[in-house]
Amino acid sequence: MARYKVFVFAEVSNSEMGSAEYHPWLNRFAVFTAGVTLVLIGVGGVVTSKGVGLAVPDWPTTYGYNMFLFPFSKMVGGVFYEHSHRLVASTVGLLTAVLAGWIAWKDRRPWMRKLGWIAFLAVVLQGVLGGLRVVWLKDEIGIVHACLAQGFFVLVGAIGLFTTRWWSRFSLRKHPIAGCHALRRLALGTTILIFIQLILGASMRHQHTGLSINDFPLAYGRLIPPMDAVSLARINLERIQWMDLPATTAFQIALQFVHRIAAFLILAGVVWSARRICKTNGLNPVLRGLSVIWVGLVAAQIVLGASTIWTNKAADIATAHVVVGSLTLLAGSLLSIILVCCVASREGNPAWALGIQNSEAEIQKMGMAG
Amino acid sequence: MKKTGIWIATGALLVTSGMAFAQGSISGKAILQGAAPAEKAIKMDADPYCAKTHATGVTTKHYIVGPGGGLANVFVYVKDGLAGKTFPVPKEAKLLDQQNCLYVPYVMGIQVGQLLQIQNDDSTLHNVHCMAKNNPEFNLGQPVKGMKSEKVFTKPEVMVQFKCDVHPWMFAYVGVLDHPFYAVTKEDGSFTITGLPPGEYTLEAWHHKGGTLTQKIKVEAGEAKAPDFIFKPKT
Repeated sequence: MARYKVFVFAEVSNSEMGSAEYHPWLNRFAVFTAGVTLVLIGVGGVVTSKGVGLAVPDWPTTYGYNMFLFPFSKMVGGVFYEHSHRLVASTVGLLTAVLAGWIAWKDRRPWMRKLGWIAFLAVVLQGVLGGLRVVWLKDEIGIVHACLAQGFFVLVGAIGLFTTRWWSRFSLRKHPIAGCHALRRLALGTTILIFIQLILGASMRHQHTGLSINDFPLAYGRLIPPMDAVSLARINLERIQWMDLPATTAFQIALQFVHRIAAFLILAGVVWSARRICKTNGLNPVLRGLSVIWVGLVAAQIVLGASTIWTNKAADIATAHVVVGSLTLLAGSLLSIILVCCVASREGNPAWALGIQNSEAEIQKMGMAG
Repeated sequence: MKKTGIWIATGALLVTSGMAFAQGSISGKAILQGAAPAEKAIKMDADPYCAKTHATGVTTKHYIVGPGGGLANVFVYVKDGLAGKTFPVPKEAKLLDQQNCLYVPYVMGIQVGQLLQIQNDDSTLHNVHCMAKNNPEFNLGQPVKGMKSEKVFTKPEVMVQFKCDVHPWMFAYVGVLDHPFYAVTKEDGSFTITGLPPGEYTLEAWHHKGGTLTQKIKVEAGEAKAPDFIFKPKT
């Protein structure tokens, strides 16, 4: 039977933004997988915050044991956190495999099936990267591992969005998004900046040099931190003698300073985006709700960032900073996805967003043939 | 013929003795000027075995100060003055032990090519994470008491840090040199470096918290007294 690609979106008659079937348990499972992924990011954050990522020197075994048979009695010290990270990661891998299979079985949208398999490949790659970081002893792999974790979380979160009842029934004709071109640019730009910010954060955390600037809101008592050789020598002497920290570099100080500047740019971007969204689409509960949550998250994130410095990088605070950072990225990503789809629908090319391959019979049934 | 043999033997003896006499040694002291900063309590609760072995509590031992301010665990070595000279590698191995969830010794020296044995004397698991920069980094698991691993450094490096990621308070520092002229100060802060050929040298003293200090010294046959290395922690 001949098949036609029909992209169900605003301009399609009956333009319910999905006409995709809604599978409540699939949606719940996707959201659950995203939730466990956030837990995994948190446990990974604890491992890095406590500096115990290499407490288990072998992989995929754990001190020679099959990792699933490693005795609980031996989970002491840093091994407890690192081995827990591996177990939760295995759980996420299993959940993702089930999710991909479930989508392939139940969801008729080809791009959704692809997303499911991409998520599965990403979780496998993520596991291998985590293992290689341990056996190759490369901090750089740790940075990629941390960034891919954020990307994977967004991907699973997006699958959660695409499987909601709201997504399958939402109609842009009934609920048009006003000014979505401008809003898309704003939200997407801010979200990209958040992701860059997370890369900066991962770079600082995985170089294990501790806080390169240990005061806030000033930096070594100044607006711009000193980075000359003499100041650096003095700073390092104090770090080694009094703060139990390794020596830092001018690059590390600059990195943390850029992280601070970027934080305020992001705050401005998020507040501006939210204000514009609420002003132009205040009656849209999803957009309004996501915007308010986004502002709340970025505000909490800045408080946590400052607290990370004030507590000399206490493991729980630093880990909360990582987790809230992930949620901030997710909120921005979901908003951006909705706005990008809105723009795509207006340009008549929502192919990658909501395309669905229907048989001729299905198209006729939907009243779209000819 | 017999007379000639005696002359040769006597000559050889004199040359050998001369060489022996020509060797010098350096002795000196590392001093901490002022009060040592307070040490921090180490919480070992994360591993019941470790907590049990230190039931009365344990603190960091960054500054071990003896009478007169003598500072222990300072690695003193010849930094410059031996260029172009080579020295035999000792056949005996050096031991870095893990006892009661601490590295023993805390500071030590070893020569390039000399065997380093790393041993677990605890009834708990350790990982041995060598965070070398010039030499290959490695991370070994020693989950069973009595396990011993052997490693050899191929390049000089002062200092190589060892860390146990299972027990984040465990550190050791190893100075790797291409010569045998080093010492670690004793509890009274004293050190002696023996067997040095006469010459002018730069001595460096390294302390984990105090940083490094250097001084020039001229060594002739016999013993040379090095000026004290005075570490001044910030007050």
